[in-house]
Amino acid sequence: MNMKKKLLAVIMSVAMIASISACGSTSKSDAAQSQQAQTTDTTAQASGSGTQTSQAAGTDTAATTSTGSISGTVTAAGSSALLPLAQAAAEAFMNDNPDASVVVNGGGSGEGLKQVSQGAVDIGDSDVTAEEKLDADAAKGLTDHQVCTITMAPVVNASLGVTNLTTDQLVSIFTGKTTNWKDVGGPDEAIMLVTRPSSSGTRALFKTWALGGAEEASNKALETDDSGTLLQTVESNPGAIGYVALSYLVNDSKVATVSIDGVAPTLENTYNGTYKVWGYEHMYTKDAGSDAAQAFISYITGDTFSSKIEAMGYGVASKMSSEAVAAHQTTK
Amino acid sequence: MKDKIRKEYLGRGIVTFCGAFIIILTAAIGIFLLVQGTGTFTKFHHTLAEFLFSSRWAPQDNATTGGGSVGAAVYICGSLMTCGLALLFVTPFALGAAVFMTEIAPKAGRSIFQPAVEIFVGIPSVVYGWIGLTVLVPFIRDTFHATMGGYSVLAASIVLAVMMFPTITTVAADAIRSVPSAYRGAAYGIGSTRWQVIYRIVIPAAKSGIYTGIILGLARAFGEALAVAMVIGKTRAFPKDILSPTNNLTAAIASDMGNSASGGEQNMALWSMALLLFLISMFFILLIHLISAKGKQENGK
Repeated sequence: MNMKKKLLAVIMSVAMIASISACGSTSKSDAAQSQQAQTTDTTAQASGSGTQTSQAAGTDTAATTSTGSISGTVTAAGSSALLPLAQAAAEAFMNDNPDASVVVNGGGSGEGLKQVSQGAVDIGDSDVTAEEKLDADAAKGLTDHQVCTITMAPVVNASLGVTNLTTDQLVSIFTGKTTNWKDVGGPDEAIMLVTRPSSSGTRALFKTWALGGAEEASNKALETDDSGTLLQTVESNPGAIGYVALSYLVNDSKVATVSIDGVAPTLENTYNGTYKVWGYEHMYTKDAGSDAAQAFISYITGDTFSSKIEAMGYGVASKMSSEAVAAHQTTK
Repeated sequence: MKDKIRKEYLGRGIVTFCGAFIIILTAAIGIFLLVQGTGTFTKFHHTLAEFLFSSRWAPQDNATTGGGSVGAAVYICGSLMTCGLALLFVTPFALGAAVFMTEIAPKAGRSIFQPAVEIFVGIPSVVYGWIGLTVLVPFIRDTFHATMGGYSVLAASIVLAVMMFPTITTVAADAIRSVPSAYRGAAYGIGSTRWQVIYRIVIPAAKSGIYTGIILGLARAFGEALAVAMVIGKTRAFPKDILSPTNNLTAAIASDMGNSASGGEQNMALWSMALLLFLISMFFILLIHLISAKGKQENGK
């Protein structure tokens, strides 16, 4: 009896230790296997957390050639604005390349940049350039891939009826000077500002390109952690105004977008340069990135995926007109 | 000899290792927070007074330059206000529930009430927050015509009060149960009514345990981020009244920690706020020890 109990305890503790250390030991054995296969396999090892790597060793010579033959593990983390697209891309990419495994997480732009510069992930997703968030040395080691553009639109409750604001009116509203919709041609309804945290990439873009650099009145605004919550808040409050990326508006009819100076926030207007509130979404890799990571990024920016990008409300970077690009470079 | 090792030292070794590991881990977290949290003052040369008492919060969000301001007074005030108000709301209910389930209806208390309260403990904070967001916030907006859509100190306090309730109730109930029945017997013996026994004898005797429960509840409320963040509105201003939105320490940390540049002024200021929370919770624990030591002293005689 006593013996049995002891045995049980030993088995239990062994099981516990095994399950706890499972993650760690996987990567170790992977590393060992890959050392044997080092001659053929130089890719796909960047993260070290791979479960696909042992399979990868044999077939890896064709890693960068055509679709269907890419193998290896890609890990990405960062921007929540880019997350839905990156996840959709990962799914499609893995469908085409059954041997590849792409894991995408959120965490925020700052976190993504930090992790990629430390080598914790292969790709760091970011709304802003690495120079803005990392120190110069860390930023130098990273390669920027502009995978798509994102357009930010002011949104109001659909029942409000305000469809256009001038830049001055917008600035006045978001800095808390205008407090009632009747002052900007709307109904007699108190304005309720809904914003994003000060470190948010969406907020940074909106501040630069829609508000001319003016700081939002944080002491008069509700702050929401993510664009989904922001939308929900705007939906349930008739006087609310906020801003989100177009990608959040694809299936939403309870909020209305507002034109700025008569220009509607659409992809077409972003492409032709008339609508100014947009920015690039970045995927950063350390140096050039692993082959698998490169293949993943070129898949996102490639032609087959571009229709999906637009369907999800993002902009295709290659479609930006030279006027639009130039306007952003000179004023920045 | 081999048998002795197995019988005695192996178990002792494992237990000692586990115990020591936890202590080392706690110390490591403390040291880490201390190192990270003091960066605001050493690396960016802000004064402690600015951090604690200024309401100007405009830190620079990049890796190197400082020069912004890191006044966290709004967040600190928000934390104190919501927790204080929540405590005010919950204490009568929690105490009432504890007395009810131990003294008034001990049988039903043990078989129905206690499990029901324990279920409360297991409900994740996101659920509390969500219910608060979908029920409480619109209710406050429509009933009191709150200007900022019902996101308010009041909503946050009520959510926190509900979350503190099970902690305070269970600890207080345990304390009341552990009052020796001889006390009650003696009181009945000299002709006390049941309420007199509860009010004059049992509650005073269980005082230190009840205080411990209240402080544990308060500590939980201080550390709660998610549920509060969902209903407080996160407006960076002192609340004008309990129907206005404000922000608190945990919600502010949670909303900017992922995006802010690591090692930058904003990031460091957030770490300082985390350190402050750590110190507050240490203070609470210290308080519990002081109270229970005092309680032992009183009861021991």
